[in-house]
Amino acid sequence: MKSSSYKTSFDYEDLTVRSTAITRIVEEARGIRSFGFRGSLDAQPGQFVMLWLPEAGARPFSIYKDDGEEFVLTIARVGPFTEQLFDCRVGDRLGYFGPFGKPFDLRGTHLALVGGGYGSAPLSFLARNATAQGVTSELVIGARNKSLLLYSDEPAIAGVMKHYCTDDGSYGYRGLVTERLHELLRDDPSIDMVYTAGPELMMKEVVAVCDEFGIDGQVSLERYMKCGFGICGSCCVDPNGLRMCVEGPCIDNEVAKGISEFGVYHRDAAGIRHPFVTA
Amino acid sequence: MVDLSVDLLGMRLENPTVLASGILGVTKGSLKFCARHGAGAVVIKSITREPRKGHPPPIVCASGGGLLNAVGYSNPGYRHAMAEYEDLADVGVPVIGSFVAETAEEYAFLAEHFANHLEFDAVEIPLSCPHTPGYGELAGHSGTDITYEIVSALKASLRAPLIVKLSANLQDIGPVAKAAEDAGADAITAVNTLGPGTCFEAATGRRVLGFGFGGISGPPLKPVALKAVYDTFQAVTIPIIGTGGVSTGQDAVEMIMAGATAVGVGTAVVPRGVEVFRKICEEMKDLLAARGCSSLAEIRGKAHEKQLVQDLV
Ligand SMILES: Cc1cc2nc3c(=O)[nH]c(=O)nc-3n(C[C@H](O)[C@H](O)[C@H](O)COP(=O)(O)OP(=O)(O)OC[C@H]3O[C@@H](n4cnc5c(N)ncnc54)[C@H](O)[C@@H]3O)c2cc1C
Ligand SMILES: Cc1cc2nc3c(=O)[nH]c(=O)nc-3n(C[C@H](O)[C@H](O)[C@H](O)COP(=O)(O)O)c2cc1C
Ligand code: FES
Repeated sequence: MKSSSYKTSFDYEDLTVRSTAITRIVEEARGIRSFGFRGSLDAQPGQFVMLWLPEAGARPFSIYKDDGEEFVLTIARVGPFTEQLFDCRVGDRLGYFGPFGKPFDLRGTHLALVGGGYGSAPLSFLARNATAQGVTSELVIGARNKSLLLYSDEPAIAGVMKHYCTDDGSYGYRGLVTERLHELLRDDPSIDMVYTAGPELMMKEVVAVCDEFGIDGQVSLERYMKCGFGICGSCCVDPNGLRMCVEGPCIDNEVAKGISEFGVYHRDAAGIRHPFVTA
Repeated sequence: MVDLSVDLLGMRLENPTVLASGILGVTKGSLKFCARHGAGAVVIKSITREPRKGHPPPIVCASGGGLLNAVGYSNPGYRHAMAEYEDLADVGVPVIGSFVAETAEEYAFLAEHFANHLEFDAVEIPLSCPHTPGYGELAGHSGTDITYEIVSALKASLRAPLIVKLSANLQDIGPVAKAAEDAGADAITAVNTLGPGTCFEAATGRRVLGFGFGGISGPPLKPVALKAVYDTFQAVTIPIIGTGGVSTGQDAVEMIMAGATAVGVGTAVVPRGVEVFRKICEEMKDLLAARGCSSLAEIRGKAHEKQLVQDLV
């Protein structure tokens, strides 16, 4: 199987801002839209781009699709930058830097992919890539209720079995993605690798479930990112200082377990720590 | 065998590469990360009295074969930083503190309330940032008299040895370095970023940096830094950390020939990876061995002895 290659150092020219334009906007769920952009990133699942809106700054977003002509990001409206992006229309120009970051390392034969919120975007990208390499997957996508659920009317992907979960049972399985994962691992011993992206406390629980079954996995660990290419330090984690924009965001469960702040706290733009709180 | 170790202000550095302030170094973990990759010593990201989010992103962009940055001193403020930088012994290499203030009094305050309570082996103050209002060049802190005033105030309160980081924009750096030395500075770092400069998005002409302009670092800064170190060496007797555009062993050797005791490395982390510290050391060893030298003392300041320059370069 092809193992991922990615950059841990950059020529200065790699860091030049590139211009693109919005090709389409799709309402995915309440407060969540997918934005298509002209151009290809030549990106791998789990990598991200820094999107630049001159009036609002630059922010990191995972890649959902990259078909060689258009790349797509799925974005939740949460604050000033994303609000301004939601005001943009097809044809509007934006800048971007990247792609950056360590992608998922595809190394199983039958995968479980567990996504919460916009975390489902990179996992959906991974599922399509896995299929292209003859690897099948169980894609578990969760949300609090149907109105927040992503990609529920996306066409079927060959080789990918989808499991939608809602906390209130308004669509698909009633319960948490981690409960569904537990059942899958119990019932299907052929699953040999688990990938997860989404809320950090969910990912922490996914890692615990993997440990219970002795299965290997990777998580996508997001931290506050300013530069995206390893110079500013804002995404460094404790206690080892790994940069989630270069040595991450996609890291092995074993690496995640060595990160003392995983599921415990993260830092903001000033570097002040904030604990994760259960919603 | 080539021995790259250096003594700097009572610190023993296994090699002369020093992580420059503001490149990673924002947490103890990130200091350890750079030490693991071979840095001989590390400087923390400069701390201010109050927390700062810094300038809006983009905070760094590429231009002219190097970088422009306008980070704007994002940091958690000295109270949070106290907790960040506890128990520095586990970093594994000497740790140099850094803080920046708006007035001489505030510098003294941060010495007493921040640096004096932590185990920094030395403390560096940048009187020279070219893109943050209220600080450094934009507060007029890079001149001779103000340097003397701030350094004097700080020396009265600071326990650790003091390193003064000077501007890349000085036409004549010698008198400023001398003012720092006369006021009691223990070492000089030459230099901070140059400029500021700016850069535009090709398609639209919009300025890329959130702040609009930023300091120049990396290869375009190197010749400026080299001259600053050369001139500083002529003006003072205290040690110099030569910083600016050092990317290779050859760059580091040139800095030491210009008179530097140690070399700061920052921007080169981008094109060469965080392994740059180890790479520079390997390259320095090869260069020294090829010249039959076994220690850095044999080349330090050689650029000031005119005949020997020809033999060495
Ligand atoms: C590797 C990575 C991949 C991401 N992928 C996606 C994605 O696919 N879709 C999506 O909707 N969001 C994604 N995010 C999160 C996204 O960057 C934030 O939602 C966005 O920056 C919010 O900006 P704002 O101005 O709208 O809100 P703000 O009010 O500025 O922030 C809201 C919250 O977003 C987070 N945030 C803000 N800025 C950053 C930053 N520079 N880096 C990391 N987190 C930040 C903080 O937790 C903050 O509390 C990703 C983040 C990272 C690090
Ligand atoms: C992203 C970035 C952040 C910086 N932050 C600081 C800082 O907080 N304090 C400081 O004294 N210098 C800061 N500098 C300046 C560097 O320490 C160094 O003097 C300069 O970059 C030149 O060295 P270089 O060419 O090796 O990077 C920063 C430089 C960069 C590129
Ligand atoms: S975002 Fe700057 S080092 Fe990772």
